[in-house]
Amino acid sequence: MWRAGTVLALRDETPTARTITLEVRDWPGHLAGQHVDVRLTAPDGYSAVRSYSIASAPNSEGHVQITVERLPNGEVSPYLTKEVNVGDRLELRGPIGGWFVWRSEQTEPIQLIAGGSGIVPLMAMIRSRAVARSAAPFRLLYSVREPGAVFYRDELHSLSENADSMSIHYAYTRVTPKNWLRLPGRIDTKLIADTTWGADLAPTCYICGPTSFVESVAELLTASGNDPGRIKTERFGPTGGQK
Amino acid sequence: MSVISRGFSGRRTTENANLPPGQYLTTDFPVLSAGPTPQIPLDRWEFTIRDENDALLRRWDWKSFRQLPTETPTVDLHCVTRWSKLGTTWEGVSLDTLLAGVQADAPYVMAHSYGEYTTNLPVDDLKNGKAWIAIRFDGKDLEPEHGGPARLLVPHLYLWKSAKWVRGLQLMRQDKPGFWEGLGYHIYGDPWREQRYSGDK
Repeated sequence: MWRAGTVLALRDETPTARTITLEVRDWPGHLAGQHVDVRLTAPDGYSAVRSYSIASAPNSEGHVQITVERLPNGEVSPYLTKEVNVGDRLELRGPIGGWFVWRSEQTEPIQLIAGGSGIVPLMAMIRSRAVARSAAPFRLLYSVREPGAVFYRDELHSLSENADSMSIHYAYTRVTPKNWLRLPGRIDTKLIADTTWGADLAPTCYICGPTSFVESVAELLTASGNDPGRIKTERFGPTGGQK
Repeated sequence: MSVISRGFSGRRTTENANLPPGQYLTTDFPVLSAGPTPQIPLDRWEFTIRDENDALLRRWDWKSFRQLPTETPTVDLHCVTRWSKLGTTWEGVSLDTLLAGVQADAPYVMAHSYGEYTTNLPVDDLKNGKAWIAIRFDGKDLEPEHGGPARLLVPHLYLWKSAKWVRGLQLMRQDKPGFWEGLGYHIYGDPWREQRYSGDK
């Protein structure tokens, strides 16, 4: 069933990505990691639907946040990142998906690894952990093109300042901040060894990002001894015949 | 009833008689799977058919499987995440060949994959030229990320039914949800009736 959501707030995360906060009166609640289908309908009845990961923690106010990255030839994302205004209504269906989720009952170490806008469902997990006052040890490894492409920058910064909260590491693939010790580059064996939970701790790993990113990171985690059954993946975007 | 989105007109490249409702065309081949891509050495690969009590009815290793006759279907693919890819060419062994002579009054199967994935299907949906165990895509051996060395191909259902890295079928007297079907997706998954999620008619 489709539900109407009213746009409460808009926030630009980067020049190409925007967070939309929606109020959905009869929202049934969600788990961190789930997604929603968003439907846009033109005046003549033509409609288009796309799936977006939920960025917000479950809450009692019926608020649902999504963060949308504008795709160069997208049909829906340009509207959501440029046209939509506070007060506009969108239709939502969901929440959807029961595999790539973190539940507050989970107490084992959690390893999150994001590539680009793959941070969105992982941010929902980080926020859910805080809301639930969970003590589950979390680590985030976040791969971005350049410092300006980081989503939720201030929130992540304040989390990383809080030592007992969680640890956050960045991998910059094209441009690093000044005086950064690691050269720009993709996540590799050494970075996995230096910044992620050891396989001996049997972490549950959540990897989200473009297909080639997820394939490569999942392979590195498996090679470093992690049980494939504890690695959950969510992929998006074209393969573009890269292989 | 539906909410009009102010200022939205859409791109409408998706208006195509060959597309099920709610799908859009893509020309690349996105990858969706729940975990890491398993690497399956061909000398350890097997494909089995078992009855509801787990008794082995048929077994092929890679060598004997590759001696079976193959077909080269050209089919359209429809993913529940809304992309469709039209006119894809495959090579595979028809399920009619594999199920020939298998005596069972079980109307359903659970497909099992390397990497522990499962998906349920009615046996009738695997018969009469509608399903294959595919080993080549677009003239090349099937890549691991697309399900190689061998995947189920049941193109008239949403693509999650076409289990990647398939290793066998188990017959079932009663239908049971597989992996995604137990996580909120439709038990049957007909794209033309838009059976995406559980509860869709």
